[in-house]
Amino acid sequence: MSLVEYLKSSNFSAVTEVETLHEEVTLCVDKSGWHDFANILKTDPKLSFDVLIDVCGVDYLHYGLTEWATNEVTFTGYSRARTELPDTIEEPRFASVYHFLSTEHNLRLRVKVMLESNDLSIASVNDIWPVANWFEREAYDLFGIVYEGHPDLRRILTDYGFIGHPLRKDFPLVGEVEIGYDAAKEACVYHPVDIQPRVVVPKVVRSDARYNEAGDSNE
Amino acid sequence: MSDYQGYTINFGPQHPAAHGVLRLIMNMKGETVQGIDPHIGLLHRATEKLAESKPYIQSIGYMDRLDYMSMMANEHAYVLALEKMLEVEAPLRAQYIRVMFSEMTRIMNHLLWLGAHALDLGAMSLFLYCFREREDLVDCYEAVSGSRMHATYIRPGGVIRDLPKSMPKFQPSTWHTKEEVKKLNAARDGDLLDFIEDFTQRFPARVDEYENLLTDNRVWKQRTVNIGVVSPERAKALGFSGPMLRGSGVAWDLRKLQPYEVYPQLDFDIPVGTNGDCYDRYLVRMEELRQSNKIIKQCVKWLKENPGPVSIRDGKVAPPTRADMKDDMEAMIHHFKLYTEGFTLPKGEVYQAIEHPKGEFGIYLISDGANKPYRIKVRASGFAHLSAMNEMCKGHMLPDVVAILSSMDIVFGEVDR
Repeated sequence: MSLVEYLKSSNFSAVTEVETLHEEVTLCVDKSGWHDFANILKTDPKLSFDVLIDVCGVDYLHYGLTEWATNEVTFTGYSRARTELPDTIEEPRFASVYHFLSTEHNLRLRVKVMLESNDLSIASVNDIWPVANWFEREAYDLFGIVYEGHPDLRRILTDYGFIGHPLRKDFPLVGEVEIGYDAAKEACVYHPVDIQPRVVVPKVVRSDARYNEAGDSNE
Repeated sequence: MSDYQGYTINFGPQHPAAHGVLRLIMNMKGETVQGIDPHIGLLHRATEKLAESKPYIQSIGYMDRLDYMSMMANEHAYVLALEKMLEVEAPLRAQYIRVMFSEMTRIMNHLLWLGAHALDLGAMSLFLYCFREREDLVDCYEAVSGSRMHATYIRPGGVIRDLPKSMPKFQPSTWHTKEEVKKLNAARDGDLLDFIEDFTQRFPARVDEYENLLTDNRVWKQRTVNIGVVSPERAKALGFSGPMLRGSGVAWDLRKLQPYEVYPQLDFDIPVGTNGDCYDRYLVRMEELRQSNKIIKQCVKWLKENPGPVSIRDGKVAPPTRADMKDDMEAMIHHFKLYTEGFTLPKGEVYQAIEHPKGEFGIYLISDGANKPYRIKVRASGFAHLSAMNEMCKGHMLPDVVAILSSMDIVFGEVDR
């Protein structure tokens, strides 16, 4: 029995969706049942996912949006055709994504737990896979996802005293502060960035005829 | 002295044995380590955030700069992830070239590791010997891509150009007479493949030289045997991969178990340790040097016999040739679109892992149908290894911290990203 068949037939209450794409299995798991289901992933002899490969956050704020308004402004110039992406929040905005590996069955699995931005807490799996410790700290640092039950949830990659969560889509690429030497104070101080954010290549979503079944393009 | 609680030492971030910019806060009692809190992120360059703002091909160069000691291996994982989503496959010759360079990269990485590891434990001369051999491989990088480190050679749909027909040669100068240069150029008369073939014939004897210096060396064994022992179960729980996992006795190698490219056609073995200490990890990597050499030999043989295209001809993914662009309008347009806007990937997500010299290196890529990645997560093996630092060092002496750290083969480019 394949992994997908087993997952579908077992009817785990926490699993809301089983998807297969590019021969990779993705499970969408409900946040409330996540920790119990994580235990099953490790202990069920049919699954036995003994290695947690990766934990990461995802911010879906600008998913599928294009910033290249070609249809309206084709004749007015290149840079003017770029539009700011709106920060309209569609919930659930965040996801915590886990990648597992079973060395016994030689299987891989991806688990996605969606999170709403007003409640960014999720159970830590540090007690099941100790390697989750740093990966969860990283997701906390870069996205602000709070892993409950984590023994030591500190920032890990950003600077000491850093404010904000840099991999969120509404965090500017150039950052918010820069550091410089202040001769009067004889110290290094932070001040707001003075470089302009610049988009060299705008983001554009194209409907590529190779990937849709009808073979048509919407342009 | 009964209320003596020990003290705290700060190690790094600037320290020759920190392998980059690692800062360790060590709680000591006498010379025994009670606990370690590694502080990382001092080399964080926001690769993932930068990649989100660029078309796909422009991020290949960023991948080189992740683990900057095994450049093409990083590119390889990224490009394979793109190809998986695009549902294209590189021509067979390109796959052999990629595998050959991946294995050369593995040797480059292990040579640097060996030199630095030995240097950390007090064996200076080995560092110089390792770099002597590494130099030849770096020359191969240069011959094929024009760059000695950050090659950007592997591209979606193949590689950017075929192997060169000649090797660059040394020129006589103030420092080298004609006779000396003639000696240096001895292996460089043929093409690149001849040079690599010559290297593969020389190299096993060189590995013997390294082993002569270390493997049965009493001091070496005192510093590495039974240091930083990790059991197989614990290694899996701690997310180890690559030589770290194999050193603990788990025969796990993605090249065999989840093969990609032409690895199924190649003959090689997986070395496995037994005790899971620093010495076993050393032995595993030494054997991997020999196995990689064996793979390169097979690739050279195949590549000499099978000329052919090294990139797919789909103008939507791979650039057209210069000649085509001169007299074909379609090719011209393809070239322009590819290098301004880039190609778009279909909606979806993919995780592609490869057996990187340091362990499992994975790219998790989410696309929303745009010309830029929506999210890239780089799964660096060193990140998981370093997170076990506290557990591996507890109870060991201060000098063992350096032995354990360098046996992990840490490069901060990939840990901090």
